[in-house]
Amino acid sequence: MISRRDFLQTSMAASAILGASSFGNWAKLAAQQALTQDQLLQFDTFGNVSLIHITDIHAQLKPIYFREPSINIGVGDNKGAVPHVTGADFRKLYGIDDGSPSHYALSSGDFSALAQGYGKVGGLDRMATVINAIRADRPDAILLDGGDTWHGSYTCYKTEGQDMVNVMNALKPDAMTFHWEFTLGSDRVHEIVEGLPFAALGQNIFDAEWDEPAELFPPYQFFERGGAKIAVIGQAFPYMPIANPGWMFPEYSFGIRDENMQAMVDEVRGQGADLVVVLSHNGFDVDKKMAGIVSGIDVILTGHTHDALPEPVLVGETILIASGSNGKFVSRVDLDVRDGRMMGFRHKLIPIFSDVIEPDKEVAALIDEQRAPFKSELEEVIGQTESLLYRRGNFNGSWDDLICDALIEEREADIAMSPGVRWGPSLIPGQDITREDIFNVTSMTYGKAYRSEMTGEFIKVILEDVADNIFNPDPYYQQGGDMVRIGGMGYRIDINQPQGSRISDMTLLKTGEAIDPEKNYVVAGWASVNEGTEGPQIWDVVENHIAKQGTVRVAPNDSVKVIGA
Amino acid sequence: MTMTRRGVMVMGAGALVAFGLPMRASAAGEDAIAAFTGGADMGSEGLTLTAPEIAENGNTVPIEVDAPGAEAILVLAMGNPTPGVAEFKFGPLAGSHSASTRIRLAGTQDVVAIAKMKDGSFVKASSNVKVTIGGCGG
Repeated sequence: MISRRDFLQTSMAASAILGASSFGNWAKLAAQQALTQDQLLQFDTFGNVSLIHITDIHAQLKPIYFREPSINIGVGDNKGAVPHVTGADFRKLYGIDDGSPSHYALSSGDFSALAQGYGKVGGLDRMATVINAIRADRPDAILLDGGDTWHGSYTCYKTEGQDMVNVMNALKPDAMTFHWEFTLGSDRVHEIVEGLPFAALGQNIFDAEWDEPAELFPPYQFFERGGAKIAVIGQAFPYMPIANPGWMFPEYSFGIRDENMQAMVDEVRGQGADLVVVLSHNGFDVDKKMAGIVSGIDVILTGHTHDALPEPVLVGETILIASGSNGKFVSRVDLDVRDGRMMGFRHKLIPIFSDVIEPDKEVAALIDEQRAPFKSELEEVIGQTESLLYRRGNFNGSWDDLICDALIEEREADIAMSPGVRWGPSLIPGQDITREDIFNVTSMTYGKAYRSEMTGEFIKVILEDVADNIFNPDPYYQQGGDMVRIGGMGYRIDINQPQGSRISDMTLLKTGEAIDPEKNYVVAGWASVNEGTEGPQIWDVVENHIAKQGTVRVAPNDSVKVIGA
Repeated sequence: MTMTRRGVMVMGAGALVAFGLPMRASAAGEDAIAAFTGGADMGSEGLTLTAPEIAENGNTVPIEVDAPGAEAILVLAMGNPTPGVAEFKFGPLAGSHSASTRIRLAGTQDVVAIAKMKDGSFVKASSNVKVTIGGCGG
């Protein structure tokens, strides 16, 4: 008798990522010749059920560059555990060769050079090609979208998500869950969801007044595939009214609600589910903890924290699949489901190399159709960059440094604050900065740039509060963003201290003086969750700043001293 | 993350304490526990306290207590200036021994429930609820 555990591990060993391939030459031609669409799609169909997972696309219809983080610190039990392993350590952990396609797709280091060679990633037309290829192998594969789909670009902002809805519908998903979608406002969310040709799931989406499950968002959906009964349970982002403006969707309450998740798992098992899949927007560490608390889940398709992992992570008998962000990856998970249980799996995280994977013609035409009315605005060149512009990282990214500079200059502030969101593609040195590029890192429905006075003490309170949302050792208290980015001020953070004791040595950079708790400072920022925020839109502030600079150069930022990583 | 100017002014200096640091449990909370239990030892099985990990709104936090067979359940917000929230009493004909309500929390703190069981024993459950200024969702 082979135990289930053995089965899982055997399958795991067989789930290679990309074929081992090493590149001595980063020239584009060499890179592309060595990498083929067939190689990226190669997969020996396994078992009787296929899941396709896409998540956190953030409205990136077209190919982009996207640099993975070099700083992603884990705390508590997750210290040093994936996904909190980056760069060379990540490559060593998974046996990835330096300079290889997997290096470029999955880890940081030599990003600008590798980007020149391997080109852009993503594009929903390329994702369509991959999805169709999987469906050619397994026509009834289940396509699941983890959310953060109707947010994050110029066209998405202008059409209130309609561009993404139109293109995603062409991909024919089977179910979806949510996060930033709700920042379109509940009226617009209702309008779209009522017309969706697939299930809009969320076991943790509740009516705020009655604290009962919201009718529009069922907790789960059943699928019959390969002779098996499959239940997909949705889990929306738990902290929406806290991390995003709750006043935009006051009818709803969220939360992790793991006790209700257990009740839903028990309910679908009671109805004969052979396989239980959770389509989640919890964030990786929250899902990992939940997998240890809620019993009976076979697969968690995780999202929100934008991690891309080439192998599933096992928690007990649950596998966690992390499929990256911004359209950079598609995960394929083949499962052997027999006798009411998952007997084995085979998995591949497929990187969407845009120059290697042929765009699907129909979807490409549909994308062009969405963009056509806005073409000239999108393509207008505002400036150029000499530096790599990226966002991901716990404390700062060069895009945010540039945004903070813009806030300080344009809004005449001492200190700037930029939210620690994880979306936003990268630009490599030498690229033009278009209006579309600026929207890709700033677009939101509450983007007004405020200017206000705060005492030194209050600034510390904000930093302490946000730091605890990232570095609280209990994942259930983490909201899944990064640290608020600070311009014009340096500080020291000891991540292992409790809230109130992490932040010290706050220094106003322009004078070199210590921040005075009693003194008022002019602070400019954006993305306030408060209703009635006043000021120009952040993309206009950034555009003005870049236009004045012409060519942008961002100096390395070492104003945050990190202790205890 | 972040506040509008108006938000900052409304929150003012007095509010800082509430958000800056977890509320320290007051002696009043411990006194209330002692008065309810008479200083008896408390078990941990048989009482479920459901509360959010992070409050969506600190002014109205939904909580639920459930202790099959309990005679009474005391609920305390240990960090509030006045920790007492409610004492639910269940008569012999009570069909269920659960209650739900919404409570106001002055800041991040432990919410504590103590059930007095039929046999005179006591059970305690505790849940840390964080009250945050929010922002910065990935």
